[in-house]
Amino acid sequence: MTVAPKREDYDVVVIGAGPAGLAAAATSAEAGLSTLLLDENIGPGGQVFRAIASTPVTDRSQLGADYWVGADLVQSLRASNAEVIQRATVWSLDRNLDIAVSVGGASAFVKAKRVILATGALERPFPIPGWTLPGVMTAGAAQTMLKSSALVPDGRTVIAGQGPLLWLLAAQILRLGGRIDRILDTTERGNYFAALPHAFAFLTSPYFAKGLSMMREVKAKVQVVSGVTELSASGDGQLANVSYVAAGGKRETLPADLLLLHQGVVPNVNLAMAAGVEHRWDELQLCWSPVLDASGSSSVAGIAIAGDGAGIGGANAAVVRGRIAARAAVEALAPAAAAKLPAMATLRADLAKAERGRIFLDTLFRPAPQFRIPSGDTIVCRCEEVTAKDVLDSVAIGATGPNQLKAYRRTGMGPCQGRLCGLTVTELMAQARGKTPQEIGYYRLRAPVKPITLAELAAVPKSEDDVKAVVRG
Amino acid sequence: MFRRSEQDKRPQVQIFVDGVAVAARQGDTVSAALLASGQDARRSTAVSGAPRLPYCMMGVCFDCLVTIDGVGNRQGCLVPVAEGMQIEIQKGKREIGR
Repeated sequence: MTVAPKREDYDVVVIGAGPAGLAAAATSAEAGLSTLLLDENIGPGGQVFRAIASTPVTDRSQLGADYWVGADLVQSLRASNAEVIQRATVWSLDRNLDIAVSVGGASAFVKAKRVILATGALERPFPIPGWTLPGVMTAGAAQTMLKSSALVPDGRTVIAGQGPLLWLLAAQILRLGGRIDRILDTTERGNYFAALPHAFAFLTSPYFAKGLSMMREVKAKVQVVSGVTELSASGDGQLANVSYVAAGGKRETLPADLLLLHQGVVPNVNLAMAAGVEHRWDELQLCWSPVLDASGSSSVAGIAIAGDGAGIGGANAAVVRGRIAARAAVEALAPAAAAKLPAMATLRADLAKAERGRIFLDTLFRPAPQFRIPSGDTIVCRCEEVTAKDVLDSVAIGATGPNQLKAYRRTGMGPCQGRLCGLTVTELMAQARGKTPQEIGYYRLRAPVKPITLAELAAVPKSEDDVKAVVRG
Repeated sequence: MFRRSEQDKRPQVQIFVDGVAVAARQGDTVSAALLASGQDARRSTAVSGAPRLPYCMMGVCFDCLVTIDGVGNRQGCLVPVAEGMQIEIQKGKREIGR
């Protein structure tokens, strides 16, 4: 599985083997295009179908029917001629559709006629006091361990935040016999009213019945505190307490070994931005989303984006977006073969159905400002350990945006390359300077989008011209 | 912090954490095996020496950095365990040559 790509050129290279990538690669390969699927993880599935081919959680009811949908996608992929490489880290993609990928400690280079980016989402930063303490993790982290290793929390466990994933995770932990002491719901009260106009679409979407039954299942077993407006973690080198203020203004502190945070997911933009794809600030989803046409094509010719990386839409929408992007590639490269695939109109109708109810969810679970824009000693950049006060001090002496801030504070220059601080820095600086996030902008991202060693770079095959370009004399 | 579910029937894999044998399971990532081991697996950061454990478990936060078979700064959440693997908890910066 972890061998270098077999060819140097492909019709289509798909990056990421989550719902969108699996569907895109299978569609493209079925239509006869030479297709390469590169994925960083040990097995296919992305986050939502993580460990779908290897999970030790064999009781299918525990992870739920929505999870096992992933098995069919993997089966379709395997039945196709797509070449699949796991544990392959793509570290460069450029406007010429040249791709650099690290596999087993060595880099290979491939060229594509079309690239479909399916790099998905990551959890929105949740910068509260103490969020870097050992014992504080994301809800997604706990779910990853649950799916891939059947691990469940067994110490004093608090889950805090909001959104569908939080309830799904809680239900899964309980089904596997794990421990949850309390759930702190940070959904803003005002969001319920704001979401009301969009309720009809949601009530008639599949999310509604599923969500309601899951919340009932969890609330029957765990104390849920709603209307939480303040949240912090504390401890000496290890999480010891979670402190919060609930509706009514009463502060409570409870001892905890594990705090799981979640306030939604946002597109994982690093590779797309480094390739030069234009992004815009999405004021509803409060994140950067790529500018795309109806087929997922980006501002860079030949690069399409499918799945949550194209704007958060969930797993069902991701699958359809993957098929749409792949169909568009087939139409461009092998028009005759496109006749075998479902019609674009059919796919667009599927997408509209899968996206039904999304605006309601986005509005209801729009995270509150105090959980996005921290203050004082709260760490913003986990890698370089830069606090909100540090950022504001830099603004006060002239830092204008995230890229200038790098020179002042090194924010975003650590190994995570801004993935865990970028949105916070943009919103914090926008607020401090009285600008919009769109005006403030984002870090300029460049290859390598994941760290690779100098030794690996040095071992890359070089032509005589390459050597002449840098060697004197 | 975490325990294994009884339904997990995967074969055991023995790894070593700072020289101490730890029972992991086939298919665990290094980070999952460390968190399941009950051992103190906190690394300390390169900047201030603050203690950290994995945060995201999906390859984006880099708080799981660990030395694996002599190679520093590996993302423990992306590497599967293998029999006899030598894990060292990283204290501070990656060392030159490792």
